[in-house]
Amino acid sequence: MTAKAGTPLADIQDALAQKRQMLAFEPLDLRPVLGTTGNTTIGGVFATNASGPRRFVAGAARDSLLGVRFVNGNGEIIKAGGRVMKNVTGLDLAKVLSGSRGNLAFLTEVTFRLLPVPETSATIVISGLDDAQATAAMATALSMSVEVSGAAHLPETVRGRFLGGALPPEPATVLRLEGLSASVTVRAEKLRAALASFGAVSTIDPEATDTLWREIRDVYPYADQTLRPLWRVSVAPTAGHQLIAALRLETGVDAFYDWQGGLVWLRMEADAEAGLMRHFIKAFGGGHATLVRATPALLATTPVLEPQPEAIAALSARIKSKFDPAGIFVSHATPRGMAGRP
Amino acid sequence: MPDKIAFLPPKKSVLDRRDIIVSDLADLLPKGCLVSEPRGLVPFETDAFIAYRNVPLAVALPETTAQVAAVLKYCSRYGIPVVPRGAGTSLSGGAIPQSDAVVIGLSKLSRILDIDYANRTATVQAGVTNLNISEAVSADGYFYAPDPSSQLACTIGGNIGMNSGGAHCLKYGVTTNNLLGVKMVMFDGTIIDLGGKALDSAGYDLLGLICGSEGQLGIVAEATVRLIAKPEGARPVLFGFQSSEEAGTCVAEIIGMGIIPVAIEFMDRPAIEICEAFAHAGYPMDVEALLIVEVEGSEAEMDAMLASIIAIARRHGVSTIKESQSATEAALIWKGRKSAFGATGRIADYICMDGTVPLSQLPYVLKKTGEIVARLGLRVANVFHAGDGNMHPLILYNINDPEDAARAEEAGNEILKLCVDAGGCLTGEHGVGIEKRDLMLHQFAKVDLDQQMAVRAAFDPQWIMNPSKVFPLEGRPAA
Ligand SMILES: Cc1cc2nc3c(=O)[nH]c(=O)nc-3n(C[C@H](O)[C@H](O)[C@H](O)COP(=O)(O)OP(=O)(O)OC[C@H]3O[C@@H](n4cnc5c(N)ncnc54)[C@H](O)[C@@H]3O)c2cc1C
Repeated sequence: MTAKAGTPLADIQDALAQKRQMLAFEPLDLRPVLGTTGNTTIGGVFATNASGPRRFVAGAARDSLLGVRFVNGNGEIIKAGGRVMKNVTGLDLAKVLSGSRGNLAFLTEVTFRLLPVPETSATIVISGLDDAQATAAMATALSMSVEVSGAAHLPETVRGRFLGGALPPEPATVLRLEGLSASVTVRAEKLRAALASFGAVSTIDPEATDTLWREIRDVYPYADQTLRPLWRVSVAPTAGHQLIAALRLETGVDAFYDWQGGLVWLRMEADAEAGLMRHFIKAFGGGHATLVRATPALLATTPVLEPQPEAIAALSARIKSKFDPAGIFVSHATPRGMAGRP
Repeated sequence: MPDKIAFLPPKKSVLDRRDIIVSDLADLLPKGCLVSEPRGLVPFETDAFIAYRNVPLAVALPETTAQVAAVLKYCSRYGIPVVPRGAGTSLSGGAIPQSDAVVIGLSKLSRILDIDYANRTATVQAGVTNLNISEAVSADGYFYAPDPSSQLACTIGGNIGMNSGGAHCLKYGVTTNNLLGVKMVMFDGTIIDLGGKALDSAGYDLLGLICGSEGQLGIVAEATVRLIAKPEGARPVLFGFQSSEEAGTCVAEIIGMGIIPVAIEFMDRPAIEICEAFAHAGYPMDVEALLIVEVEGSEAEMDAMLASIIAIARRHGVSTIKESQSATEAALIWKGRKSAFGATGRIADYICMDGTVPLSQLPYVLKKTGEIVARLGLRVANVFHAGDGNMHPLILYNINDPEDAARAEEAGNEILKLCVDAGGCLTGEHGVGIEKRDLMLHQFAKVDLDQQMAVRAAFDPQWIMNPSKVFPLEGRPAA
């Protein structure tokens, strides 16, 4: 599908739903969390590489993006990539523009891949696991040939906020299956059997599955009408819970996990604690943290994006100067830009 | 072969200092890690695009990342061109050296560094072969998904260089979709780490740029890739058709219906004959075109998906359906497919095109390809990744007959232009190399290429990294 960058995401999703197609990467919608109301555009989705729970099987927005047209800082209209899935014809400029937050060029047109909406889905819930046990359970599930397409852990502090409180009591470790009915039935059976030793197992129907994963995707528990600092942290899946455990010894945090534990949404009580956060991320094997929301005062004083090592920062600056020599694309790296304004 | 495809003129300043350069490099490397005498250089003259060859100035075979960095630092200091090389299986001439170049071969960086099942990643040195990764994790139930037919030989560094694909990429994606991190040495010897075990990384998507950059942005020394749990079972099924067009429309409809098997491979009659004679795979011999469709999962899942595919194939006049009945049969079916290029090479010289087209255009492009080749009095065998529209016409010719070779090249160029005009691209997985360099302006406007070259220069301002490749030699920015 090819669309002008300003096309509202909602229009695209409506058009796709009629044909039972979808954006495989499940673009997330942070408006509720940020308290913003604007209209998310498809260009903004790719410019922020906004990707949801299916990320670890279906890839991110950047993996679905096949080609782009853009205007660079010299005012030149340029195309990159194409309309086909496989393409190594020259440098993959579409990738570097995806996630560049409007910092390199102005996207005017995007061509992206679609996938069929799965025939059905189900979610397996394992109740009562602490964060470390949940990480082990998710790793077990993903080591099996059942094609889990979502793996999240919702600790007790957030569990009640999902599905209007309908998840069974105790922390919920949730695993999504999607596909042909025949597949989903067989795989659900296998998963239940393999995970029974971890805790009480229950199953959620397709409709509630849709709602639950939308709420996970959009960070529903922290759509709390506050400006308490909210971090999005990306680390190795087994490092997520270690990071949280270490932070808890130092400060008040609330968190839940997507991407098998590798994507941590983390709300601080008061201070953003950027230094502490980044120190521990390094200590547990590396990754990066983005301050998605905070008071204006905190945003002004906190490095919102992960600082880069010197050599990479220098390289990035050179790349920027090749797209935008005069530096006219100034996207404030602030999180408010994340929801869909290139 | 006509010498139509030129290399950059060798730098006299480099050639004149050959002996000094060789002796300096010898100081930077352990004993036995530098090749400079003529006989030793022969294996590095070309790659799998054998139509062209060039003797490099020297070949460095470093054993560590630090040695890679030392050689690059030295070369950038003196403006010496560098050509990174994995196994040299490139089909587009990506690894063919120029005569003033130092080849940096990664074959000695061949250790698997870390396998982490909880995070499902493997970290390996660049010279580890593609198949080695899958073999190392196979017993534990995992595999590395991109599977070029050359996987026994080709290296992960070369796979990253070419963003390689394979039969099973329809479902699992190509290299770029399976790469999590690299350790890379920049042109001046600076070592950078990008990505890691996390699914995404901060800042610009530099990994995305590096994948498919054909050794022009730096030398990959280590890579972290995604491992995937092996499916419970897999079953390739053969579908025979009486025309290539029918097979092509069948593929378009399968994908159009939203069914994504693991692989859909296509062979026309000449390809079937060549592969069957070589591998005795049990392919039907009374059909004009064959699809190998692989489904995977549990028995019930495979049955369900196959039922839908068979229904579609019947609407398109399928004449033979043959399911593999055993693991041995399945292995033979794939052996036949994966040895297609090798088997073709035994009966004739060939050049392999790699254009990719939208699926709706498959039947048209197949028909036109046949016409182009027939008009030039040549033969063609088509064997390719149909599910993602990635065509591989093998144009057969005689390398010792210059006129035949010129015609083959002409046919290749026409076919690639046809692919671009049908809404596709010049290369889906083999890369531009030198082979398609001069066709780039057919797919891109000058301003598009200028932007790519500007970004390239952000990584390698001196243009010493594999400089004769990818971009047309005329119209380059001053280094
Ligand atoms: C019989 C046969 C079948 C094939 N089948 C397929 C297929 O199914 N799918 C497919 O995609 N390809 C296929 N190929 C093409 C080829 O195998 C791939 O392009 C492969 O990835 C090349 O790997 P290599 O190690 O041989 O790299 P080389 O040929 O040595 O180099 C390839 C490119 O990568 C660069 N490079 C190599 N190592 C590094 C490094 N460490 N850092 C930076 N740059 C580097 C080189 O400069 C060059 O530009 C096939 C080739 C043959 C001969």
